[in-house]
Amino acid sequence: MFVSARADAVDGVRAISPFLLGIVPFGLVYGVTAVDQGLPPTIVAAMSALVFAGAAQLAAVDLVARGAPAVVVLTTILVVNLRYPMYAASIAPHFRAFSSRWRALCAYLMTDQAYAVALTEYRERDPSPARRKWYYLGAAGTLWVAWQASTITGVLVGAQVPPGLSLEFAIPLTFLALLVPNVTGRSSALAAGIGGVGTVLGTNLPYDVSLVVAALVGVLAATALDGVLEPATDGEETVGSDEAEAIGGDHDAAADGDDADEGAGSNAGGRS
Amino acid sequence: MTTSTNALWLIVIAGGVGTFALRASFIVVVGRVDEIPPRAERALEFVPAAVLAALVVPAIVVVEPTNAALPAIEYSPKLPAAALAAVVAWKTKNVPATIAVGMVALWTLQAL
Repeated sequence: MFVSARADAVDGVRAISPFLLGIVPFGLVYGVTAVDQGLPPTIVAAMSALVFAGAAQLAAVDLVARGAPAVVVLTTILVVNLRYPMYAASIAPHFRAFSSRWRALCAYLMTDQAYAVALTEYRERDPSPARRKWYYLGAAGTLWVAWQASTITGVLVGAQVPPGLSLEFAIPLTFLALLVPNVTGRSSALAAGIGGVGTVLGTNLPYDVSLVVAALVGVLAATALDGVLEPATDGEETVGSDEAEAIGGDHDAAADGDDADEGAGSNAGGRS
Repeated sequence: MTTSTNALWLIVIAGGVGTFALRASFIVVVGRVDEIPPRAERALEFVPAAVLAALVVPAIVVVEPTNAALPAIEYSPKLPAAALAAVVAWKTKNVPATIAVGMVALWTLQAL
């Protein structure tokens, strides 16, 4: 029993490990820039432990550094993390057999990567509840440890970095790298266009509300015009292909068949 | 940075609780919902693109505060550096490579 649990967890660790290549530098950037922007090290580390969501944490650092009010920072964290209910709804049926404590732990550990890796495994092999649990904990737990460790390393290194290197520019660059694969078609391009341009046009509005307003308008406009921008040739599209897209981490699975995310996804299911 | 330590702790704790609530939503509370409406799901797919762009653009485009309704845009070496980084992001989908190219481009342009 214990041996099997360990083997299942090790499989999860293996499946998630390609993602560490991206997560560790991301954690370092977060730690270094947060300290560079003047945030106290304890706050920087506590945010990694409590919020545990890279993009939201970087956004929070960015806004705090610009002097945004706490309400705006909080709202932004939650808006950036609005994708989690989508993941939760999708993976919840697979967690149904777990006790509520295990489900709470699994929820806390949810990330884009853990979701992608676990759902691929569940779908391709329909494993037992025990394997589902340990596989997920192995994958998600590994990412958690990597995130905390790289964040703390970044905080320690960040204190040694000389000023004047424009390190704050690493924050938009990271977001840019995450943004590009999320623009998968005309609708998401419209959402991004309104979000980006609208925020700049609204700069003269009271502090930083323009970010949340422009992003929400972008999402609503893209949703409303989706039928016109991307006419539904996919009326017959099966649930399976919808989910394949979700596994790709919000980007077009078909177009990105060769990228690292997809590679890790197929490793998860392809290993014997 | 002018935010007080208390406000920072509020952000960290409330942000943590809120994020956990979003993650736990369907897993812990509902536990047995198989599907969310397709239109809501589609809307949620647009959230990353809209939010990320809203974070990227103001950090790259330097805006001059004016008294007019619309702000004035001024040139910054961050613009071409970010454009180059965008190409790298598009071609490689690699976060560290994007950061590296963008930072080196900015330093180079600043040194010129």
